Amino acid sequence: MSTTFASGQPRGSGSPAAAPPAPSPPQLSSTPPVPRLDPRLPAGPLDSAWQRCREGLPLISPANKRKLRVLVVGSGLAGASAAATLAEQGYRVQLVTYHDSPRRAHSVAAQGGINAAKNYAGDGDSIDRLFRDTVKGGDFRAREAGCHRLAEISGAIIDQCVAQGVPFARDYGGTLANRSFGGALVSRTFYARGQTGQQLLYGAYQALMRQVAAGQVELLTRREMVELICVDGVARGVVCRHGLSGALETFTAHAVLLASGGYSNVFYLSTNAVKSNASAIWRAHLKGACFANPCFTQIHPTCIPAGDTWQSKLTLMSESLRNDGRVWLPAQPGDGRPAAAIPEAQRDYFLERQYPTYGNMVPRDVASRRARELCLEGRGVGPGGRGVYLDLAEAIRRDGREAIESRYGNLLEMYARITGEDPLTSPLRIYPAPHYTMGGLWVDYHLMSTIPGLFVLGEANFSEHGANRLGASALMQGLADGYFIAPATVTAWLAGHPQPEVGADHPACRAALAAAEARIAALRPEPGRSPGGRTATDLHRELGLLMIEVCGISRSAPELRRGLAAVEALRQEFGERVRVPDHGPGPDEALERALRLEDFLGLADLMLRDALAREESCGAHFREEFQTPEGEARRDDARFAHIAAWEQREGASPMRHSEPLAFTAMAPSQRNYR
Amino acid sequence: MSLQTVPATISLTLKVWRQAGPGQPGGFESHRLEQLSIDLSLLEALDELNDRLLRAGQRPISFEHDCREGICGSCGFLVNGQAHGPQAATSVCQLYLRRFRDGDTLVLEPWRARALPLVADLAVDRSAFDRIIAAGGYCSVNTGSAPEANTILIGRDQAASAFDAATCIGCAACVASCRNASASLFVAAKLAHLGQLPQGQPERAQRARAMANQMAAEGFGGCSNHLECEAACPKQISADWISWMRRELRGG
Repeated sequence: MSTTFASGQPRGSGSPAAAPPAPSPPQLSSTPPVPRLDPRLPAGPLDSAWQRCREGLPLISPANKRKLRVLVVGSGLAGASAAATLAEQGYRVQLVTYHDSPRRAHSVAAQGGINAAKNYAGDGDSIDRLFRDTVKGGDFRAREAGCHRLAEISGAIIDQCVAQGVPFARDYGGTLANRSFGGALVSRTFYARGQTGQQLLYGAYQALMRQVAAGQVELLTRREMVELICVDGVARGVVCRHGLSGALETFTAHAVLLASGGYSNVFYLSTNAVKSNASAIWRAHLKGACFANPCFTQIHPTCIPAGDTWQSKLTLMSESLRNDGRVWLPAQPGDGRPAAAIPEAQRDYFLERQYPTYGNMVPRDVASRRARELCLEGRGVGPGGRGVYLDLAEAIRRDGREAIESRYGNLLEMYARITGEDPLTSPLRIYPAPHYTMGGLWVDYHLMSTIPGLFVLGEANFSEHGANRLGASALMQGLADGYFIAPATVTAWLAGHPQPEVGADHPACRAALAAAEARIAALRPEPGRSPGGRTATDLHRELGLLMIEVCGISRSAPELRRGLAAVEALRQEFGERVRVPDHGPGPDEALERALRLEDFLGLADLMLRDALAREESCGAHFREEFQTPEGEARRDDARFAHIAAWEQREGASPMRHSEPLAFTAMAPSQRNYR
Repeated sequence: MSLQTVPATISLTLKVWRQAGPGQPGGFESHRLEQLSIDLSLLEALDELNDRLLRAGQRPISFEHDCREGICGSCGFLVNGQAHGPQAATSVCQLYLRRFRDGDTLVLEPWRARALPLVADLAVDRSAFDRIIAAGGYCSVNTGSAPEANTILIGRDQAASAFDAATCIGCAACVASCRNASASLFVAAKLAHLGQLPQGQPERAQRARAMANQMAAEGFGGCSNHLECEAACPKQISADWISWMRRELRGG
């Protein structure tokens, strides 16, 4: 049952006295109730809530499960684990992925590790502590019940992965090794060298392939979802475009699960894989699924800076480097000397100077913001002045070159390969880069979106990380959703809501197919006309530069407004000037890029609106108007202790709804790293 | 500023295999690229070329790619006859132009193996690898039935050795570099990953047989110990695992 459900609570239009006058953002005047925005939170004490909820969920007999089909979009940690588990339970599963193999999904690139409250280190960790760290890390913008459930499930994830043969790091006695990660006070992070995501993904992929062999899962590779199919308001399937033939196909099912990842590529350059995109969730959003907190995006401070125009992505350098690296810039703006020629006295170790307690280990957003500010003042190093030094020299003097090499071997090699510079003799150049998106489709406690029958898992949903994600928690959430939560809640949905069979000839399927066809046709040049002059890549690069400027590390109302106008102009330019010639059957990556960009343009608009409406600084969302005299984030719990959920409206601007957040286990506190 | 100087550039000629699809005629097509920043990867140079082709109304070059940081295993083609190009332990997405000299000609060709049929241009179909994994490359354990993780003790070195084998990214460079187009290194790596761990023991013998049979059924060749696979492997997986696999298959 729902206890804290209260949708459409009017948002205070009168600011508290302390807040500086802020320009009123668009579309906030009235917030009528959205009956579907019910989080369905469990009642009663938090610490047994998930277990009680699960035990109360209806079940389906094995004989009946065989008759039910589930469609999963995405083959990363969340999608592969959900598909495998649902198949093990007896459902007939179809899995859609645009990759040639499920093993390519971007989860594979996660480096750091996965958190679990096992307390193997005996350092006082517990489910309660991981829960509190998650709520606090999210800066009190996530649901307590969801965060608690995540902590509760975390241990079982490790058990499952170990049983599958995931080769986690071990101590000499043979037990699992743990390390502390992202500033946590306890060691709760399980890891497989710097390739934890790869190993966890292969565990889920192998479980999935076992079900493929058993005939329970049908792999639909090289297909990209281009439209959601709803029948009588219930999600019943998707339209996909085949990556080789270009054919549009419809797939129907009794429930649809989106596990299509995050949207950092709205910034064009990010640490995401080049093909990672928002189309699946954006298409669902346009069909009625509310989009929650789109402006909550995480920037990772330690990435290799951008260089040439044709650079296609940014590469993450694990944050662990900050344990041994000192961040600095030349004290003198415009100092053109190479790093080695700058004497100690003329270097500014700015994080150590500004944060004597935490120094180089301040949280991701703080480190990113300080680096950006100094680079904007003209003190940055490297191409375009967009970079700061991360210097290992002192650690090398202290621990020896060999120790540092063995600690960071792979990373340093990767850096040298990409930049052509040796990080053991000259400092690394780093700059913040978009890395993870906390926002995503709104889901209730059962991971169901505002479209009945549409479940959203992993980074694609907005859940649990609030306004900022803890290090090593993304993998945990993806697998919690896929292995444990969705299999229980999808079953409950199907048990309670029998759905009639729907075939590809259903009018809703035909309509969705026709819509996708029309959208693609509109991107083709008219016969005899040349391509429109702009390529999708070209326009995407421009969108990315804009978004990182106005909606990246630091945001302000005037800049966000400028962004809204500029995105509108880009959308028009896209419509008028991006045309992709049709070369017949065969791969057509140019069309794929154009389709994805069209969706990113819509999402960019929504992100800007959300960032403008959230007149506070919290987590990774920093509004320049809302900071303390010391330049730290100032949250506004009176007005913004809620989840923003956006709804698209035909012929009108998107509407912002809110789901209030209640904190019973701990009182919201303000962080202080000075 | 020393680091803000205009980056060095080079000019390259790319001789690229062009073939619109499996049944279509194929051949090399030459493209001259001028003044490329040496800080670009080879794939980024192809992006630039594709943009040019697209603007000219021509069909862009198909090549597989995604993460562009050497871990997803999507990318891979021959550069001057070498799988993933001349740099050891490097997938082609991590191959930067500073590896080459101004004026170089690079011949780019797809993996060529019967079991990896051509998709288009530089892209091939590697779904055979998925079918080999489906044949037995897993531990049969349903979600929810796992024992507490630390009840399974695994020595540190043993876990590290299993990890080394498990880092295979499934790119198929081993097949492309093998004169027999054998997938032995790929199969051996998965067998060694699971076969070295206690979790993999119950199905160990059956897994080895099933995966080896599937490899043969897909049309991959046998191993004749040339060890080109090890040299081409971007993850430096040791060909010793192939000998280890043979012992597994003999029931040793």
